[in-house]
Amino acid sequence: MSTTELVTRGGRRLASHPSASRGSRPGRRRGRTGTIVIGALLAVGALITAFPFLWMIFASVKPRSESVAFPPQLLPRNPTLEYFIQLFTELDFGRYLLNTLLIVVICMVGLLLMAAAGYGFAKFDFPGRDALFFLVLVTMMIPGQVTMIPSYLILNGMKLANTLIGIALPMLVSGFAVFLFRQFMATIPTEILEAARMDGAGEWRIFFRIILPMSGPILAVQVVLTFIAGWNSFLWPLIIANDQGLYTLSVGISLLNQQISTNPSLQMAASTLMVVPILIVFVVFQRYVVQGFALSGLK
Amino acid sequence: MKNRIVPYTFIAPAMLLLIVFGILPIAVALLVSFTDMNLAGLGNWSRIQFIGADNYTALFADPDFWQALGNTALFAVVGVPSVIALSLAIALALNRSQGRFFRALRSFYFVPAITAIVAVALVWGYLYNTQFGLFNYLLSLVGLPPVPWLSDPTVVKFSVGLVAVWRGLGLNVIIFLAALQGVPKEYLEAAAIDGASGLRRIFSIVLPLLRFAIFFVTITTVIAWLQFFDEPFVLTKGGPLGSSTSIALFLYQKGFSSSQFGYASAGSVVLVAIIATITIVQLRLRRSDVDH
Repeated sequence: MSTTELVTRGGRRLASHPSASRGSRPGRRRGRTGTIVIGALLAVGALITAFPFLWMIFASVKPRSESVAFPPQLLPRNPTLEYFIQLFTELDFGRYLLNTLLIVVICMVGLLLMAAAGYGFAKFDFPGRDALFFLVLVTMMIPGQVTMIPSYLILNGMKLANTLIGIALPMLVSGFAVFLFRQFMATIPTEILEAARMDGAGEWRIFFRIILPMSGPILAVQVVLTFIAGWNSFLWPLIIANDQGLYTLSVGISLLNQQISTNPSLQMAASTLMVVPILIVFVVFQRYVVQGFALSGLK
Repeated sequence: MKNRIVPYTFIAPAMLLLIVFGILPIAVALLVSFTDMNLAGLGNWSRIQFIGADNYTALFADPDFWQALGNTALFAVVGVPSVIALSLAIALALNRSQGRFFRALRSFYFVPAITAIVAVALVWGYLYNTQFGLFNYLLSLVGLPPVPWLSDPTVVKFSVGLVAVWRGLGLNVIIFLAALQGVPKEYLEAAAIDGASGLRRIFSIVLPLLRFAIFFVTITTVIAWLQFFDEPFVLTKGGPLGSSTSIALFLYQKGFSSSQFGYASAGSVVLVAIIATITIVQLRLRRSDVDH
């Protein structure tokens, strides 16, 4: 869906700039040759950029003898799914996958909290609003590597270290998302809210029935970004989960590196398991992902 | 009365979490950095003692800290310009045509930015492998000797840095492409009619108009390199002999491998100070740049 839309949009944009085909003849030919050369260079660059993924996917179905063979071959000769099965049978990747999905789900709850906060900041006037919003902006500037040790100490003090809740809590909200929600919700006309209040709707009812449905675009972007961030999160789960039963995919994969550097097939199968869902999300929701990341340019 | 409380009920849950895990940690880090907190202190707070600035004194006398700081500075000094120059070049090239082909290529450059670093670092580790890795095989094809990608103290910096550059490009390309949308086509057409060459148009019109985007990307890229962690953690554990240890990895090792929470907190406070200083300096430079 997004691909076709992208293509038509691209086509429209091309059509709306006929100037590209105007101009003197030699100039036009030079321009077109230039575009072809640049396109070819970009294609080579794109292949190089994507190559590690190709290598990963092919290696994940190679038998071990092929993945450690020298000289290495790109394509597997006797493809096997053996190592994917091993991840779930001999190793505990089923559990890791479940934990990762649970964290993603908990993070989605955080999304609601952030949307509510964005709404509160956008549509209400209350004492302390500006000071509190300034705090939100301050949290955007503090890097995770700085807060990891104190956050661990805080959670440990709350007896939440080594629990799934403990892993998810600090990842639940981000100042940047609150900021984006506020910016978007500020554009919703206040008259609509007033009309609903006249009709006797409660404030939370207004939020769930009017504000959230009207915030579709920003919600979509945030859902996709939250999924990606939750799925990929590494440093924090690594710190807070000591119990193997709480490991996420990322932590499980990082430990594979230590155990079996002699079995690249298994490592590549695990990496594929972690990367391919993100690739699928990217292909399906490309528009939202790109929008979300372009928005981060506003930060 | 009820109406006055309503706004707070909307912001309270998110605000509470932001304060507990965004603001409070800075205060905790500051406090703990003046104590000798370790694993014993973690279990029993009565065993924690205030030791004044001892952690800071020890930190500044720690050769490992200076090595990590030096590595991070090197990563930033080499990495930031490479990432920005490359992503700007790619964005300008991608922006040359709005055709189907060019738009399809964008995704390829973007994908590394959203995939898990841990997973892709493993893939790169496999490519770098000296026994059966692809890179040394490719070198052997053109008659070059094998390179110890991850075991030589100098080469390893390049190897882990390359992975981060590969990953860092996508996001910046997206931001530059978005900024390029804001360059008025009329300016470029007018310049083309006046006979300005493609390169001339880029340097005299596009780049000056992209000033803010370049400035923004510079700040975020600097901060990203100062936080550099995952690639060396997975690929080398900071080795050999600490030669690929970044400051964030140093903090992690002190804090969680050797449980010196007080000591690592002092390091965190220093890192905050460094990031804040660099950001303020960049903002100042930017302001004076606007003034002229």
